[in-house]
Amino acid sequence: MSNEMIASLGLEEYKYGFVTEDKPVFKAQKGLSEEVVRQISAHKEEPEWMLQFRLRALKIFQSKPMPTWGGDLSKLDLNDFYYYIRPAEEMKRSWDEVPEEIKETFERLGIPEAERKILAGVGAQYESEMVYHSLKEEWERQGVIFESIEDGLRKYPDLFREYFATVVPPHDNKFAALNSAVWSGGSFVYIPKGVKVDVPLQAYFRVNAEKMGQFERTLIIADEGSHAHYIEGCTAPVYTTDSFHSGVIEIIVKPGARFRYTTIQNWSHNMYNLVTQRALVHEGAHMEWLDGNLGSKLTMKYPSCYLVGEGAHGEILSIAYAGDGQHQDTGGKVVHAAPNTTSRIISKSISKGTGRASYRGLCKVYEGARNAKSNVQCDALLLHETSRTDTFPYIEIEETTANVGHEASVSKIGEEQLFYLMSRGLSEEEATAMVVRGFIEPVAKELPLEYAVELNRLIELEMEGSVG
Amino acid sequence: MSEPILKISNLHAVVAEDGTEILRGVDLGLKPGEIHAIMGPNGSGKSTLAKVLMGHPGYEATDGEVYFKGEDLLELEPDERSRQGLFLAFQYPVEIPGVSIANFLRTAVQSKNPDEELDIFEFQEKLLDRMQLLGMDPSFAERSVNDGFSGGEKKRNEILQLAMLEPDLAILDETDSGLDIDALKIVAEGVNRIREERPEMTVLLITHYQRLLNYIRPDVVHVMANGRIVRSGGPELALELEEKGYEEFREPAAAV
Repeated sequence: MSNEMIASLGLEEYKYGFVTEDKPVFKAQKGLSEEVVRQISAHKEEPEWMLQFRLRALKIFQSKPMPTWGGDLSKLDLNDFYYYIRPAEEMKRSWDEVPEEIKETFERLGIPEAERKILAGVGAQYESEMVYHSLKEEWERQGVIFESIEDGLRKYPDLFREYFATVVPPHDNKFAALNSAVWSGGSFVYIPKGVKVDVPLQAYFRVNAEKMGQFERTLIIADEGSHAHYIEGCTAPVYTTDSFHSGVIEIIVKPGARFRYTTIQNWSHNMYNLVTQRALVHEGAHMEWLDGNLGSKLTMKYPSCYLVGEGAHGEILSIAYAGDGQHQDTGGKVVHAAPNTTSRIISKSISKGTGRASYRGLCKVYEGARNAKSNVQCDALLLHETSRTDTFPYIEIEETTANVGHEASVSKIGEEQLFYLMSRGLSEEEATAMVVRGFIEPVAKELPLEYAVELNRLIELEMEGSVG
Repeated sequence: MSEPILKISNLHAVVAEDGTEILRGVDLGLKPGEIHAIMGPNGSGKSTLAKVLMGHPGYEATDGEVYFKGEDLLELEPDERSRQGLFLAFQYPVEIPGVSIANFLRTAVQSKNPDEELDIFEFQEKLLDRMQLLGMDPSFAERSVNDGFSGGEKKRNEILQLAMLEPDLAILDETDSGLDIDALKIVAEGVNRIREERPEMTVLLITHYQRLLNYIRPDVVHVMANGRIVRSGGPELALELEEKGYEEFREPAAAV
């Protein structure tokens, strides 16, 4: 099992990143050049078309200016990263090597001793691997493909090529171009016609080398009438130097299919997280993005649904948490390009201390997309006087029959709310956490239980020291 | 039984923001198990007294003393006061969207006893039992705290919290305001049932009108005016006030 891309059932695994000794079997030079791209492709033993695709993407990347909207990218030096790295196949470590602060976090989360070692990647992970393997057999029986993106390309070249980069082409934006040039890691998923996958497909990966750019690429095809749920979560180690993550996620939801993609990201606080995730939603199909963004220095991420078939439905539910010095520039895009399409965006953001949360959303209705309906609700909660929020809703309507609603609210945790809860015995921190939990509840309730519990715990930890 | 559970001496308090003095030397003593009522015209400082006792950050006690169960109450944060056994039923209960009453109460009950993990089944049982006692539908506990509640529902929710938290002293701040007579009866009955079970619970009723006192019989009635207790007596004082109004207690506002 590769460490680059760990697809495991154990949700709890690798929950909190930490630095392990970096023993790459291959390490490209710092910075980006045609040479580096060729090396990556050669090392992956890719077909010629993929090399050509990467090189084309590199040119596009080089020709596009850095975006000046959204967050501040001026301190992001793209020449200061390794663009490809593959850690050694086996990572062994002992409990003693696990940093104290990680151990302490486990302690405070109340995780049992035995489980902590597994979480820390120490010792055997028999159980989850066993569960994973039995699930994998079941999926294989159903014809479900769930592979690393590299294996997807190798084992299913035709299927791969038919869909790859059709939803997010390299010229879409500068970082999509960058990802297209240097992508590495990610998942390839195919759900056959009519197949319903009950257990969510889960991927967990971790950034494991300092200054390594992480360019994961995920391609998912949900064939006609299929149902599935994919869950991705990741945490990164805490480093002092800036880190960079720029993924691309493409999803094709074929007629009548239902697909949900859930992400909870808790990046270390020095991470630039610039992700393009988009779904093409066909006739009568249903797509949901469920997105939780914690951590990072700057996140720019706007999950999108392109509703291209009649009656398609898209949903984007998101929670963003911006702590001190963090900027979450998140939101969603819905593009109505067919009649009777419907969409819903619910965005909840929390800013603490000097944190800043921006909602950036687009609702576009093309001419001919008759009777499109879209509803956007974005709510911001500010914990302190120094906290900041902004809303940038873009609405472009070319169709008179469209029905588009946008509601935005900004609230502050009130003295009266805290006093009320404290008068019932809750400490100020508990009271604040409770108000925050209630605020995100409309989105959090959609999460799988263990994720909702984890999110609540993380928020409680974040609240510590936020008052007084 | 003769030591007061709450002893207020010469309490002065101001609005924290602008220093306006509201309480101008309140003296009051409550013995365990007694029911006291404080009545008085609007603006006399009744509700401010309730808030100051609970530790509202909008007010500052500038002079005097408050001892609750022998402890200096003014030194404590609101949550510490609650854990000491003080409870305030709010005149205007606050909405906490997205937090269910059950969840809220579980956290509140747990906070009373932080060292011992609350048994969730025992809690559920107790909650159902209390709701039954107060004639509430169990589905009520799944609703978000006060979110979109009618006036009557909010006040009943306060009484449910009172029943769950089992304080030694319950202050009911204008619990009757905004209620029609049926809702008032239900709320008063709830308080009485809790008192039947726990006669040792001391109650301080703050009210503008006498009608609540038809349902909850006080042992002592006080009249508050201009930030002081100006008269105290038995239940008959409430009836007298009902008849005569507060006219005789109105003084020109003292110069600040």
